[in-house]
Amino acid sequence: MDALQLLISGLANGCVYGLIAMGFVLIYKATEAVNFAQGDMMMLGAFVALGLTNTDYMGLSFYVAVPITLAVMGLVGYLMDAVLLRRMAGQSQIAVVILTIALGFVARFAAGAIWGHEPQSLESPMAGLDFRFAGLFLGMDEFFVIIVTVLLTVGMYLFFAKTKLGLAMQAASQNQMAAYYMGISVKRIHSMIWALAGVVAAIAGILFASKGSIDPSTGLLGIKAFAAAVIGGLGSLPGALLGGVIIGIIEPFSARYLGGDLARLMPYIILVLILVFRPHGILSQVQSKKV
Amino acid sequence: MRIVFKTSYDSDIRMFKHGWHAFWYMALLALAIALPFLVGEFWLGEFTSMLIWSVAGMGLMLLVGHTGLASLGHAAFLAVGAYANVLLQQKLGLPFLVSLPLAGVIAGLVGMLIAIPTTKLHGIYMAIATMAISILTEDIIVILEPWTGGVAGVFPPDIEIFGYGFNRYLNITGMYWLYLGITVLIVLAYKNILRSPLGRSFGAVRDSEISAQAMGINLPRTRTLAFALSCAITGIAGAMMGHFSGIFNNETFNIVISITLLLMIVVGGIGFIQGAFIGAFIITFLPLGISFGRDAIVSIMGGGGMAIPGLESGLFGAIVIAVIIFEPAGLYGRWLKIRTYFELFPFYRRDMFKRQKSYLKTERMR
Amino acid sequence: MSLLELENVTLRFGGLVAVNDVSFSVDEGEVFALVGPNGAGKSTIFNLISRFYDPAEGDIRFDGKSILSLEKHEIADLGIARTFQNIELFEQATVLQNLLVGRHTHRKTNPFSEILFLPSVRRAERDHRAAVENVIDFLDLQPYREKYIAGLPYGVRKVVEMGRALAIEPRLLLLDEPASGLSVEETQDVAFWIEDIRNLMGVTVLMVEHDMGLVSAVSDRVLALAEGKKLALGTPAEVQSDPAVIEAYLGSDDVEGAA
Repeated sequence: MDALQLLISGLANGCVYGLIAMGFVLIYKATEAVNFAQGDMMMLGAFVALGLTNTDYMGLSFYVAVPITLAVMGLVGYLMDAVLLRRMAGQSQIAVVILTIALGFVARFAAGAIWGHEPQSLESPMAGLDFRFAGLFLGMDEFFVIIVTVLLTVGMYLFFAKTKLGLAMQAASQNQMAAYYMGISVKRIHSMIWALAGVVAAIAGILFASKGSIDPSTGLLGIKAFAAAVIGGLGSLPGALLGGVIIGIIEPFSARYLGGDLARLMPYIILVLILVFRPHGILSQVQSKKV
Repeated sequence: MRIVFKTSYDSDIRMFKHGWHAFWYMALLALAIALPFLVGEFWLGEFTSMLIWSVAGMGLMLLVGHTGLASLGHAAFLAVGAYANVLLQQKLGLPFLVSLPLAGVIAGLVGMLIAIPTTKLHGIYMAIATMAISILTEDIIVILEPWTGGVAGVFPPDIEIFGYGFNRYLNITGMYWLYLGITVLIVLAYKNILRSPLGRSFGAVRDSEISAQAMGINLPRTRTLAFALSCAITGIAGAMMGHFSGIFNNETFNIVISITLLLMIVVGGIGFIQGAFIGAFIITFLPLGISFGRDAIVSIMGGGGMAIPGLESGLFGAIVIAVIIFEPAGLYGRWLKIRTYFELFPFYRRDMFKRQKSYLKTERMR
Repeated sequence: MSLLELENVTLRFGGLVAVNDVSFSVDEGEVFALVGPNGAGKSTIFNLISRFYDPAEGDIRFDGKSILSLEKHEIADLGIARTFQNIELFEQATVLQNLLVGRHTHRKTNPFSEILFLPSVRRAERDHRAAVENVIDFLDLQPYREKYIAGLPYGVRKVVEMGRALAIEPRLLLLDEPASGLSVEETQDVAFWIEDIRNLMGVTVLMVEHDMGLVSAVSDRVLALAEGKKLALGTPAEVQSDPAVIEAYLGSDDVEGAA
């Protein structure tokens, strides 16, 4: 029974990692850029929601604050690409990595300057609600996280499979030149993808902040989510979620059975092992450069 | 423009391209040696810190700038160097002159062990693997508490060379000169690498792995060697850092240090030894610049001094963004352009430094 | 005696048979050309010799010994040098440095002595430099010696790549489309160089080329390929008049090689 409780909380954590990881993968698949600031975007999203909702700040209704947050973070994502990333065409992948790391530094500073460095919690309707089920003590917030993640994953699948914009995004990420010739504005599509990644990050942030507390350095969680994305394979959305869930579940179990020091190491040990033995993740296909 | 008339092959093998070139670097060295007579102890401490960052930066530059491999985990090798150096002195009683190079060798060997699996990875994947190693190192230091002192940290003994002691607080001048000497030796070794077949094989691996192999360059071995050399230099910087800081623990070498080190050399200028120094200068003096700026604003505007936490890293991030967007070759690259502009005036062309754009190459299917 | 032998070499990429049971041998001191329409498997054969691909079947022998157990970087040590279809130079280095990388197989100093730049390293550097200067003289690259590759015109890059291969002092030189993208004058230079490389330096040349004018002018024997299969082997005149070859060219949309 104890194990089931660990499993649920691990799953909830894993969903947040998975959502951040999906943000990485969205951008990587479409633009071949690796956004190391995805964790910081999650943190920003959480703070925007918190700033709108919490009584210390604006005190708006949670249900009003969420759509505003999603719109704001979508805009942040869009602008990040339109203003900065678009200029990076032709530079190496590592240069893009360094740029996004620096963006993360700036985001952390901005969040600290606006909302302070103290840990804070989002006053969401789910916070603090628990229920007992078959002798288990389960948090409503954790179920909420899992349900939203499932819904969002299904929604993204439908978006990419059914909508015109989603199909255009798929086309642009599979073959940029061909998409360009077919009249798809690849630049704008890239910015839209960044906007989508911003929205996903905001959702992850809201979920994270409603089941725990956040501070500006929470964005460093992105490193763990990044490990999740790589474990799943950088090119695969389901892989990202899978990787997140793997890490989320392994953490509490290894903490229980192996002790805290080793538990902290586990995600990275798995990451290194995956990189050494299956460098391109669990669900990814690769081919070497042609001469 | 200066035309160098070459009369022998040696003029290309020499370290300096021409007399003036040598003159300016010698003048810079003379200024560096005379620095203790020109500035106070506080500033001398800051410059010593800059030398340490420069050495660490050179270690990473050899890997990133000259071999084209990215590492987001070099703080791990700073840590290996720092702990190895202190342990060799404390447990085996070795003198500093022996323990420092040995610390470099140990960091290099650890780097080699890590490089064998990780250098097989490409670009971004290698950056991720090294990042994971940096995070792991922090916790491994805690786990190895009997040797490393864990969270409580380690107090390195004073450096002693032939009975002459060096301590940051008692004898900063001596420490500065000692560290300047080490830095100069590493610069010389670095220059030697660049002008020998070793450096050329690194550059070949960076620019085209395919033709490097067709030229007979053993790819895994060359990459592993570059990684090991890079780690060795960084390890020496770690040992220097340990003695300078007086105490260090797992936090001293966290992932943020790894990331900062990489950003630092990017700002300075990837692919130039000078870039490591410029980056180190910015890292060292940016906090001071901010506090002076704040004092100046307070004295003009009045009111109490208000400290903004995180401003340093925020501003540093902004500088990195500006450099990457406007001058991918870094500050040293910008300086080269300015210098060429004046040397050639009025014949400078905008496309003179144009480089083939390396479009994002991934090994993705499709 | 044949220097390079391919025996029943087959290579498949998934369902596609890129090279289908190809056998031929190149004699010491000859200029041997591979021709054929695009996708005939010519460059793939080069990549097989360079060990970038492993053949599914067959054997490749150099100087009588199989090279299939060797690593990619060990091919240059045998004395096989090559150029690439889409030039693969070291962009961020000068012409001189590029050519000096070609001397890698002749490196006698170890990394430790190089870090210290011992006198032996300096002597070795002078020797490498002298060897490279010979190549520079031969290919008339003097004006570009100190220039960075990134700023050089296409034609010069092609020559530099040939120079880098010659700096290896190879026994067998693989030239992948040495004249593609070059002007008529530049192509003529390439023809003279190939003859000199064979006659003066005694290097055996195996080349892939579409320009039949160049192929007829310099090569002793020609192997025509289509869709990975051997069509005809013989002198340039014989191959050009072979019915199978004519059909392969005229029967396909690709006519550039038939000129």
